[in-house]
Amino acid sequence: MHHSVEVENLSFSYPDGHLALSDVSLVIRPGEKVALVGPNGAGKSTLILHLNGILSGRGTIRICGLELNKSNLGRVRAQVGMVFQSPDDQLFSPTVFDDVAFGPLYQGLPKEEVHARVEQALQAVHMSDYVQRVSHHLSMGEKKRIAIATVLSMKPEVLVLDEPTAGLDPRSRRALINLLRELPLTMLISTHDMRMVCELFQRMVIMDEGCVVADGLTEQLMKDVRLLEAHGLERP
Amino acid sequence: MHVHFLDPFRPRSSPVHRLDARVKFVLALAFILTTALAPMAAWPVYILLFALVLCIKILSDLGVRYVLRRSALALPFVLAALPMIFTIPGEPVALLHLGGWTITVTQPGLERFISIALKSWISMQSAILLAASTSFPDLLAAMRAVRVPRLLVAMFGLMWRYLFVLVDEAVRLLRGRAARSGQSSRPGQRAGGSIAWRARVAGGMAGNLFLRAFERSERIYMAMVARGYDGEVRHLPLPAVSAADWGILIVGLTVLGSLMRLGLLASL
Repeated sequence: MHHSVEVENLSFSYPDGHLALSDVSLVIRPGEKVALVGPNGAGKSTLILHLNGILSGRGTIRICGLELNKSNLGRVRAQVGMVFQSPDDQLFSPTVFDDVAFGPLYQGLPKEEVHARVEQALQAVHMSDYVQRVSHHLSMGEKKRIAIATVLSMKPEVLVLDEPTAGLDPRSRRALINLLRELPLTMLISTHDMRMVCELFQRMVIMDEGCVVADGLTEQLMKDVRLLEAHGLERP
Repeated sequence: MHVHFLDPFRPRSSPVHRLDARVKFVLALAFILTTALAPMAAWPVYILLFALVLCIKILSDLGVRYVLRRSALALPFVLAALPMIFTIPGEPVALLHLGGWTITVTQPGLERFISIALKSWISMQSAILLAASTSFPDLLAAMRAVRVPRLLVAMFGLMWRYLFVLVDEAVRLLRGRAARSGQSSRPGQRAGGSIAWRARVAGGMAGNLFLRAFERSERIYMAMVARGYDGEVRHLPLPAVSAADWGILIVGLTVLGSLMRLGLLASL
């Protein structure tokens, strides 16, 4: 039995020399939902971009037991459904259908299966009526859900989201939290929304200045006001 | 994560960097004009012009290698002048046999091609020196000061400001695509799709980028109007050019003027 995500001693510097990750290790078991919190510039997004090889630093990363390297990049990308902070980066096709179908089509799946997957993915995010809509004209909340559908259609094992509730109104945020709760996937979610963390995630990882500074039960870490304050976080 | 490689400005503390941007701009333009007006095959003039640009390069502390490497950008444009070698009539130098065709390389053609290549290469170097030793805002202020149309300067400025935003956006789009370009776990399934399909996706992305740039421009315009923009760009007045900089301007223009004269004499 392998873990969903295993990161071992990962370090990464940007080309300008800025050290963004230093010696990060993280293990996520199958089915676990983990929150990744920390101030802006802590390295959360950089870590996330490593999980499917968009960035590559020193250290080892294994996704579902597969060691990430050039030769199995494609396999890993199909396993990790990555949803970026701005849904506009994810929705680059003319219609919602084209966007959700991109992953399966890229994998070369037969036509019927592509259609079935698009349908399932849109159903999972409760957006089945939007198939023929133009992504460009959707509201922020709708775009976020479609963005999640675009990776669900690849049937990934791990769902990685970067600040999913940023910029959402309360109703869209509530709908998104409910959606995340019902999706039966392993999740790593980077966020500043501490109320959502308390509500949804049992486990919480705190990052600051490129390091994992705390990793444990949300309930316990949230009680440690000193720790939270030291890393620019607030208890909800 | 931002793209910086586009910015040619290299901050140093050389005399060339300290020179007033207006003087530099005028001198660079005059240099390019002199180079462009130098007659064909005026080799001594080319050598002098190159020596001049080389001196400034050394003075500027940018590194001769850096400027030369960047000036390679001019090379593809030289190709446009390539047919001249064969089309200008004159004394044949060599004959090329391509299949059933015979092409004549003429001496005037060759001379003209080499002249154009050298002239564009030398001009390019002065432009690179200007851009690498002057920050873009200073350059814009200099253009305004020498009466380049204000609207044009404002457009340069906005283009410069948002070029980076646009490139960042394109990078994020490409990343969004890469993240979903996976491979099925089923054996024998070739990933990647057909070329036509991939071209359609790329087309969609380009269209998307255009739409976003378009919408962004409207938001920027609204933000400008909200702060009182009425179609006229206003700026704080620049300080006067110092006497020393005036001196450099006059000396520079005199040198370039005499080079131009030398070129004219050589062609007689």
